[in-house]
Amino acid sequence: MLLLAEQVLNGLQYGMMLFLMAAGLTLVFGVMGLINLAHGSLYMVGAFACAAVAAATGSFWLGLAASLAAAAALGAMVEIVVIRRLYSRDHLDQVLATFALILVFSEGTRWLFGSFPLYLSLPPVLSGAMTLPGGLVYPAFRLAIIFIGAMVAVGLFWLIGRTRLGIRIRAGEADREMIAALGVDIAKLYTMVFALGAALAGLAGALVGSVQSVQVGMGEPVLILAFVVIVIGGIGSIRGALIGALLVGMTDTLGKALLPGLFARFMEASAATSVGSALASMLIYVLMALVLIWRPTGLYGARA
Amino acid sequence: MRLTGAVPNFLVFAALIAVAVIADLTGNPYIVTLATKVAIFGLAGVGLNLALGYGGLVSFGHAAFFGLGGYVAAILASHAASGAPVVTFPFTMMGTNEMLAIWPFAILVAGFAALVIGALSLRTTGVYFIMVTLAFAQMLYYFAISWPTYGGEDGLSFYVRNTFSGANTFAPLQFFGICAAVLGITMILVALLTQSRFGLALRAAKENETRVIASGIKPFAIRLTAFVLSGMVAGLAGALFADLNRFVSPAMLSWHMSGEIMIFVILGGVGRLAGPVAGAAVFIALEYLLGPVSDHWQALLGLMLILIVLFAPKGLMGLALGRRGHV
Amino acid sequence: MTLKGKLIAGLATLALTAGMAHAEGVKVGMITTLSGGGAGLGIDVRDGFQLALKMAGTSDVELIVEDDQQKPDIAVQIADKMIQSDQVDVLTGIIWSNLAMAVVPAAVAQGKFYLSPNAGPSALAGAGCDKNYFNVAWQNDNLHEAAGAYANSAGYANSFMLAPNYPAGTDAIAGYKRFYEGAAAGEVYTQLGQTDYAAEIAQIRNSGADSVFFFLPGGMGIAFMKQYAESGVDIPLVGPAFSFDQNILQAVGDAALGVKNTSQWNKDIDNPANAAFVEAYQAEYGRLPSLYSSQGYDTANLLLSAIAKADVKDADAFRAALEAADFASVRGDFAFGPNHHPIQDIYVREVVKEGEVYTNKIIGTALEDRGDAYAADCKM
Repeated sequence: MLLLAEQVLNGLQYGMMLFLMAAGLTLVFGVMGLINLAHGSLYMVGAFACAAVAAATGSFWLGLAASLAAAAALGAMVEIVVIRRLYSRDHLDQVLATFALILVFSEGTRWLFGSFPLYLSLPPVLSGAMTLPGGLVYPAFRLAIIFIGAMVAVGLFWLIGRTRLGIRIRAGEADREMIAALGVDIAKLYTMVFALGAALAGLAGALVGSVQSVQVGMGEPVLILAFVVIVIGGIGSIRGALIGALLVGMTDTLGKALLPGLFARFMEASAATSVGSALASMLIYVLMALVLIWRPTGLYGARA
Repeated sequence: MRLTGAVPNFLVFAALIAVAVIADLTGNPYIVTLATKVAIFGLAGVGLNLALGYGGLVSFGHAAFFGLGGYVAAILASHAASGAPVVTFPFTMMGTNEMLAIWPFAILVAGFAALVIGALSLRTTGVYFIMVTLAFAQMLYYFAISWPTYGGEDGLSFYVRNTFSGANTFAPLQFFGICAAVLGITMILVALLTQSRFGLALRAAKENETRVIASGIKPFAIRLTAFVLSGMVAGLAGALFADLNRFVSPAMLSWHMSGEIMIFVILGGVGRLAGPVAGAAVFIALEYLLGPVSDHWQALLGLMLILIVLFAPKGLMGLALGRRGHV
Repeated sequence: MTLKGKLIAGLATLALTAGMAHAEGVKVGMITTLSGGGAGLGIDVRDGFQLALKMAGTSDVELIVEDDQQKPDIAVQIADKMIQSDQVDVLTGIIWSNLAMAVVPAAVAQGKFYLSPNAGPSALAGAGCDKNYFNVAWQNDNLHEAAGAYANSAGYANSFMLAPNYPAGTDAIAGYKRFYEGAAAGEVYTQLGQTDYAAEIAQIRNSGADSVFFFLPGGMGIAFMKQYAESGVDIPLVGPAFSFDQNILQAVGDAALGVKNTSQWNKDIDNPANAAFVEAYQAEYGRLPSLYSSQGYDTANLLLSAIAKADVKDADAFRAALEAADFASVRGDFAFGPNHHPIQDIYVREVVKEGEVYTNKIIGTALEDRGDAYAADCKM
């Protein structure tokens, strides 16, 4: 029973991790309608910036700040040099350009930092395990990720719903010409939103990278997962991304934990492990397909 | 077919054949292999283009059909080598290493998969369609990795290229000839198809759905047909790709492969008949020429692709043709 | 397009004439991973190989290196190119089993020699063995078998086993169980490329295991060890060297300290060849050699020893010279079994910190003169 509780908590935690990865993507997608395949690269850049600065200064927190700054700066730069020219283009041109950016960022990172994974560890305050009420021993960083994910969600709701910037963003989503006519510098607004999305990706990279492997190519699986999350939730919806992330996190974790055992009830043990794990790794895609067949624009997407 | 439209497509095709023949005469079998790869990926791209370019159905899951075609070829060939039947129920089916026998199976299996995936996916549009097609391809990918019978992640080798009566498929130029012929025939069929009533309806459904519905045509049926045909062509390309390498692996089913085929189409020019061939040719040539320049050649490749996107908005074919020749 | 065609054909002609000029000596084609996330392993193999050539001061070997991008289809096409256009005598360099399976059978069928510096899939050790295929690293199961033997000697009787769900993963657990005599507290196959292990760690915590065997190469292992160290679970880990390689350890840090792992090589193996290798490698590249560097280095020295004895054009004599394995391996005693796979000692290492650098030290021998489980199936 305690194990099941822990797995549910793990699912929640994984969901929050996915939300952190997907938040920036859904923001950029929702506001500018841009398919940014390079989102995973910005995630990687955040992790590398954090690792490099933390190694140089000995402070994880400085590294975290550096990851935000580096990803935001790179995001702004890329937006101005490349992305800006693509808003009016077909989605497919955006796909090609941002795919090219992945190649540039990956090899650029490898050129700067070498081919070997970097060291990045958690600050002492987040490391180790805590005992939760009920006797469950749980790693501190996983609780921190749940907390930070929730903070980012609240922050984004507040930003979009309650601030001047949010009003402009929503107006820009609804009617680009109108907001330009009202004297808002739409180019600057888009650069800001893109940089914000990049910073969120960088933050996720630094946080998640500290308990995973900081290496070239780390952003690619993240990219696919982030797209799965925002598509299930409905593109452009922060609430959708949050719900989508939790749904994917729960499905994946509980699938991994329960499916092999389930199959073992009516199959030979080793075959059950193998079939169960194979099915578990397909499960989130099955979930996505089912959600989209049931609701073709995701859970919270605008109805066509 | 207007002449102005057909000429550039023919030129791309002829240039590919010229490269292969010259390379073979000058004793460069590897260039012939690369040209073969261009023909095969070009073929897969022509297939994808049918859905993506003419129908506006951006499939990010065509690796599923490409890979299925490849696996059909490899499974039939390996069973032919071992002598064990492929299936014994409900009927006994033996393997084969005759390309002309393999291709129909590859096409049928890929087409059936496209029918199922398309029927479910076409309820969605836009980015949702992109992602749901990806989802189906990923399911197949993870299945192939963990299913041990045909090698799982290690893939399946069949060592000897399948045979084609009257040709020596081991000779690089002759195998290229087979692939190029398949590509040429497919391009002609696709050209005829897109000029037909069906092609017009497909394009109309992309441009203005409501008008198509008003004129009594069901866009769903049109799109599903295009998607299935598109998957069939990709499956055929996959069978040829299996033969090029005498090997298949789940990498053929991965999202990278879907992405690569899509990149060839976009690079060459969406909705242009020979666009995918030109795109594949330029991509593979760049890969070949940049490789020796630096360990970090992928960064150079990326920069060149960005320049192409920024300055050739309609793809390479669009760049070469300017505003005319919209085929 | 036609211009591009001319350009390619022109360049290709150039390459051909350049190739003709070096028709003497032995031509070696190295297909390895030099770009993308797996590049570190290929770079180490290449650097170890090139270092051996440099130290030998030989001009008999012409080495062509190409990047396979860790993609099997690219590897096959490069192999075709090296065989058809470059007309190499010997192929080597592949890191990954799935790429080796794609390339090796066809290459040896065309009469080329293949020397494997890393991958050793069981299919090529048993019924699929070939007289021209030599593995200079290990059969894939070897290090897992050694881990099983170590688990027995450490008194573990209830192991939890963890590996990715792909052929190398199932082979790993099978290899471990071949020697491990205790019970199984659990057997879990993870998704290939998985980065979060919360669900698995929770299962380990509740399994009542007294030890955890894991095979998670590359980034998967880094992620698992970091998360395991944070989880508060203190069941001892044991695994093959792949997750404890010199380059990976620096990224794992303290989380790996004290973990036992099995390897056929370590930098503290006491023999003159190894001492010279470790020193020269550091001087040349400014970093400590890894397991992969040592394998690349041994592969080159095996090749050089055969070149010294026989002409590569005389395939039978050259094969006999390779079979003799008459070179000073950095891992000490080295011989080939009947299926051309190594017979060698496999050690138990412990992760330690030397100054600021995480590295391994040998604490014992897990298996002596170990061949492999598939040799009996090999009919050459």
